[in-house]
Amino acid sequence: MSEMKKYTASQAEEKRKAGIRRAVTGFFLALWAVIVLFPFYWMVLTSLKSYSSYNSEYIPKLYTLSPTLQNYRDAFTAVPLGQYFLNTLIFTVITTALMLVVTVLAAYAFARLKFPGKNVLFTLFLALMMIPTELVIITNFVTITDWNLRNTFPGLILPSVASVFYIYLLKENFEQVPEDLYLAAKVDGTSDMRYLFRVMIPICRPTIVTITILKIIECWNAYVWPRLITDNQAYFLVSNGIQEIRENGFGRENIPAMMAAVVVISAPLIVLFLIFRKRIMEGVSRGGTKGA
Amino acid sequence: MERETDKMKRADLKPFLYLLPAFVFLGIFMVYPLFDVLIYSLEEGYNSASQTFHGVGLYNYRYVLRDPYFLSALQNTFILVIITVPVSTGLSLLISLGLNSIQKFRDFLQTVFFLPYVTNTLAVGLVFMILFKKTPYSDGFVNLIIQFFGGRSVDFIEGPYWAKMTVICLYTIWIVMPFKILILTSALASVDPMLYKAAQIDGTSRLRMFFRITLPMISPMIFYLIITGFIGAFKAYSDVVAIFGVNLNAAGMNTIVGYIYDMLYGDSGGYPSFASAAALILFVIVLTITVINLMVSRRNSSSLKGGSYE
Repeated sequence: MSEMKKYTASQAEEKRKAGIRRAVTGFFLALWAVIVLFPFYWMVLTSLKSYSSYNSEYIPKLYTLSPTLQNYRDAFTAVPLGQYFLNTLIFTVITTALMLVVTVLAAYAFARLKFPGKNVLFTLFLALMMIPTELVIITNFVTITDWNLRNTFPGLILPSVASVFYIYLLKENFEQVPEDLYLAAKVDGTSDMRYLFRVMIPICRPTIVTITILKIIECWNAYVWPRLITDNQAYFLVSNGIQEIRENGFGRENIPAMMAAVVVISAPLIVLFLIFRKRIMEGVSRGGTKGA
Repeated sequence: MERETDKMKRADLKPFLYLLPAFVFLGIFMVYPLFDVLIYSLEEGYNSASQTFHGVGLYNYRYVLRDPYFLSALQNTFILVIITVPVSTGLSLLISLGLNSIQKFRDFLQTVFFLPYVTNTLAVGLVFMILFKKTPYSDGFVNLIIQFFGGRSVDFIEGPYWAKMTVICLYTIWIVMPFKILILTSALASVDPMLYKAAQIDGTSRLRMFFRITLPMISPMIFYLIITGFIGAFKAYSDVVAIFGVNLNAAGMNTIVGYIYDMLYGDSGGYPSFASAAALILFVIVLTITVINLMVSRRNSSSLKGGSYE
């Protein structure tokens, strides 16, 4: 009898402990969620406050009762935000498209085609993954300057096209497609190119979508290379644009308008992320680290 | 017969045609620069206008290693690395453990925690700056919180060194957490639940389970994160620019990568030789630390394996 009581008592104790643990866990997870989300909330909130009301708040309010879209109007009219946006769009689309062509062709050659020295070549190729951008960017800067491509789209795009990591990722995926399919297609007289487009690409679409999205994120956030290669505002990408707004701004320190620009710049990627959430997270966990 | 050999030749060439675009791009923008940067770093007194130099040697390295700007950049980078790598790795481990222990809201929280990864570093850095900045109008949000808890407000953006360092560490941690949480939650999820069940039947305490099962099982991933964390933190640059602006030397907050770009371009630029020497010094530092990490992880994983046989 007493043993029974002891048993239920320890069980209750155990339950209480689990409850506390859950509460503590929940609290800290919620706290981190607040820390992550707060800057986003703050930028949207500030972008909706008028210039005068923002500057009159010694203690900034956590809400606003008179939201205004004036800052968004200023962001597009007082500074060439639309131009930055368009430049980034052009840069992202062309770079990603070229990257896809280069990557698909190279991955296909390494995965399916047979040629002498393939393994040696592929090993050398992988070794390139270890080379940091910082090491090659100096020469690339000189090269692009020598080619008179500063402040042009080709100058921005060309060095960003080839990515060893994406070729590696796609090659791994291509290799999972059964070789029998390839041999059967050969017997039928299908050309390599046709096989690539009719069979390989459709089967490996998920990986191709993943690398496309990762590249888009990379392009949208590009800062260092564009900064080195453009000093003409007409070719600024959004990252350089926001830096320009920060340094020279709206003629005066107009923080609400700056925040409106930040919201406009951040929104496309966040929308893209919410649509392709699973795919992006899977792709990143397979080896993407945040590039500068 | 002739047509046959012709066909053979074409078949031999074809793979190289597929590889050609990749080879051209990588050759021009990755392989050639690799040799070129070495040559630059050894050319003494290189003049970018006339493209001439007057000697070959280690002068550029000596110059860079004595340049006070480089030394301060080196110091800043090391402090940043030493603080952010352990803190972000530890914190992400705690958060991942928390995430793995709940069912409700798990998907939602995972999505939220990943958000900083898909943001523009420069843009959100501006928000951080505003939150920490002290202006004539307002002490800024963070300072108001500090005052609320009875502290004294500090100018985090233009104030004392440690205050600036705090902001940049916090922002760096905020930026790198999503990747670490993502990797660790999937590592934790892949630990075989049978291991825990068996330990539970044996009446093993939670803490013991964590150190005896969880940690050994996910230790390869932790080491992976530490290595990539070191590499990433040593290359800190755009997050620092986002907070302190382009002129990092004036702010006393330059990093090694920042020093390289300053030497290359801008008001203080035009010295590709010094930039190359600094880039190679950075490369050697990162390589050394990666090798040390790999050696430690090798030894640790073998000792852990040995332990499990006891």
